[in-house]
Amino acid sequence: MSFNIVVLAKQVPDTHNVGKDAMKADGTVNRAALPAIFNPEDLNALEQALRIKDKFPGTTVSLLSMGPVRAAKILREGLYRGADKGYLLSGREFAGSDSLATSYALSCAIKKMGKVDMIICGRQAIDGDTAQTGPQVAEKMGFPQITYTEEILDVTKKAITVKRRVERGVEVLKGKLPIVITVNGTAAPCRPRNAKRLMKYKYAKTATERQTSGTDYIDEDHSYLILNEWGANDIDHDPKWLGLGGSPTKVKSIQSVVFTAKESKKITADDVEIEEMMKELIANHTIG
Amino acid sequence: MNFYTDNPALKFQLSHPLMQKIVALRERNCSEKDKYDYAPQDFEDAVDNYDKVLEIIGEISGELIASNAESVDKEGPQVISSRVKYARGTQENHEALVQAGVYGMSLPREFGGLNFAMTPYVMSGEIVSRGDAGFANIWGLQDCAETIAEFADEEVKAEFLPRVTLGETCSMDLTEPDAGSDLQAVQLRATEKDGKWYLNGVKRFITNGDAQIKLVLARSEEGTVDARGLSYFVADNQFDHTIKVRRIENKLGIKGSPTCELVFTNTPAKLVGTRRLGLIKYVMSLMNGARLGVGAQSVGVSEAAYQEAINYANDRKQFGKAIIEFPAVYEMLSLMKAKLDASRALLYETTRFVDVYKAYEGIEQERKLTPEERAEYKEFSRLADAFTPLVKMFASEFANQNAYDSIQVHGGSGFMKDYACERIYRDARILTIYEGTTQLQVVAAIRYITTGSYLKKIREYEQMAIKPEFQNLRKRLISMTTLLESAVKRVDELKNQDYLDFQARRLVEMAGHIIMCYLLILDASRDDKDLFRKSAEVYLNYAEVEVRKNATFIKQFNPESLDVYR
Repeated sequence: MSFNIVVLAKQVPDTHNVGKDAMKADGTVNRAALPAIFNPEDLNALEQALRIKDKFPGTTVSLLSMGPVRAAKILREGLYRGADKGYLLSGREFAGSDSLATSYALSCAIKKMGKVDMIICGRQAIDGDTAQTGPQVAEKMGFPQITYTEEILDVTKKAITVKRRVERGVEVLKGKLPIVITVNGTAAPCRPRNAKRLMKYKYAKTATERQTSGTDYIDEDHSYLILNEWGANDIDHDPKWLGLGGSPTKVKSIQSVVFTAKESKKITADDVEIEEMMKELIANHTIG
Repeated sequence: MNFYTDNPALKFQLSHPLMQKIVALRERNCSEKDKYDYAPQDFEDAVDNYDKVLEIIGEISGELIASNAESVDKEGPQVISSRVKYARGTQENHEALVQAGVYGMSLPREFGGLNFAMTPYVMSGEIVSRGDAGFANIWGLQDCAETIAEFADEEVKAEFLPRVTLGETCSMDLTEPDAGSDLQAVQLRATEKDGKWYLNGVKRFITNGDAQIKLVLARSEEGTVDARGLSYFVADNQFDHTIKVRRIENKLGIKGSPTCELVFTNTPAKLVGTRRLGLIKYVMSLMNGARLGVGAQSVGVSEAAYQEAINYANDRKQFGKAIIEFPAVYEMLSLMKAKLDASRALLYETTRFVDVYKAYEGIEQERKLTPEERAEYKEFSRLADAFTPLVKMFASEFANQNAYDSIQVHGGSGFMKDYACERIYRDARILTIYEGTTQLQVVAAIRYITTGSYLKKIREYEQMAIKPEFQNLRKRLISMTTLLESAVKRVDELKNQDYLDFQARRLVEMAGHIIMCYLLILDASRDDKDLFRKSAEVYLNYAEVEVRKNATFIKQFNPESLDVYR
């Protein structure tokens, strides 16, 4: 038994280390000031896919990302960790996509990729925090979905069993394949990059990258170094649903919120006071 | 945190001019590039591989191993029905490195290894050790595979080496209750029956004693009492439970690394190499590798101690300013850094010597060396032998001094269990003891004093091109070298072994200080980012006084008053 798994991944600005220059004057994210990283929960998703591959060796894990050419970096990152193939959906037509247009473009690409048993992605990306793209892909594919997954417990030919994180505990759900699974950051962390895979795939490139870089080892024997790069013309689509035109979301304004400690509250280290503080923090949604 | 990328001094070592030669020899001019999809295409590609793989190890060390260090130290390993169970964090660390596919780093590709040179491998030891010195032992014991690769027959190699790359751990079982520094006294018996070997006896102080793959020194020749009756064996500690862990020692530091007492009962084993050469040849070879490993471990501990100290000194405010602003504190920190940089420079210089001669050793197994190659092989092998005890001695002593100073910088807080410096201090303590005490390193090094090997190398360093700004430092080094020369002459001309042994450490220290000063100046001259300029000067200021101190002691000492010390 083996599966075709598509893992959706996004390259995002590293919001862990946000400085003063994180936002531009016009209220948009200053991407140049922040290092671009593999969206953390997408890495959790990749790990769940790779675990299925560990159990069912014939399984193929394909990584799909939509973004600018430089997003190929996370495809290589995924190959180093164990993914089999990388697909980059890139082009001007996709610029300005909100989650609706993104999920449309992704679903068109997935349809082109052939038979798929599972689409696994992170719950949300740390730049937009919408948590919409995964569920919307499910809708457009006509697949069922299970969100907030913490662990995939079992997969059979027909169904998948997962542990799902809910507000006050976990629930175990079973879903029919093909299915979309979104994975929580509380799931197992992704395995490290593997040395041999890194050395094998470090020259993997997209078509655009090949045009601009010097060293290129891609030939008949090294076709695994090709990262598939698709533009709008490569997927079957309706142009009105793509890019800015296909995006109903309108950003009114964005504020850069800088946290400052204005009021402080002192508590002693006894259990009663700690519990009260925890209750308060849960009540005002600071934690939990 | 990434313990490789946050420390540019490491990558700098990969740019040393000798690396070109090392890679060319190691990779046989990249002859495997069409055979393995991960073999390098050329020199730049090979060094890029080193760089990127060290980045993986740096990430695992900085993110996982370092954050597990505290709980591993607290929890420690346990013995459960005669087997060792690692602490949870140890298990996690090991699994991450297995998944990263980095075990068997220096093993040939045909056995699943990465065929990396020693330089990046030793660097990995330093990086892992900065995260957790105790765990660095489990990582570093893959050295045993190196010994199997070098000396065992093809069948043994094929049986054990691929397993190392898949994450089975190793141990080297040498010491016994009555055989510590004096390994000739080893008693564990190896007996041959129907063409098969069996081991019976006890081993003590065995690091990672419940490893799957064990290299065991045993007495194969009945009735013998010395080194010539000892052979080397490999035992598979996987299925038959004939090796029992009697206890785990309760240690001062490196608590995550299980130090075991073992009982062997009819344990099947296979001979490594030739009978009777166990101690004389194989253990001596393994020991040199292990000493380099402790050198790397020590530099990692020094780095950790320094990092803890500098961070605290920047954060901690007293009298209205950060304590690093006070001369008493910044002097301490700059000297810590200088000792760290000096021992690191010595570590990688030595590793390059090892790299060249090991590569020739490998080539020699495939074809005859040309006379020039043979000469070079001899030269580098001799240098490696001469420098290895210096690394072990200086790096481990400096690690202890830095761990001590790290606590001092922390003041009262450093004495509490709340800060990592107290664990680092405990972990550091073993470094000057195991794999040969500092005193035994002096015994190994003193012959290179009397034969003039160190002096010859020092004179070579003296001739090398440096930046003009360091001319003055070199002048001072030349007069320090004169002091060394006359001290050696003064001690040597008495032709009294006892007296030579008495002054040996002072002489070896003088040579070591001078060598490290040169290495720092050479590194600082080669580097354009100003990584080592300060350390070169700070270390020389320190070393100059140390050299003069030892020279004065030797000059003023009346050899006849040696009895006062008896």
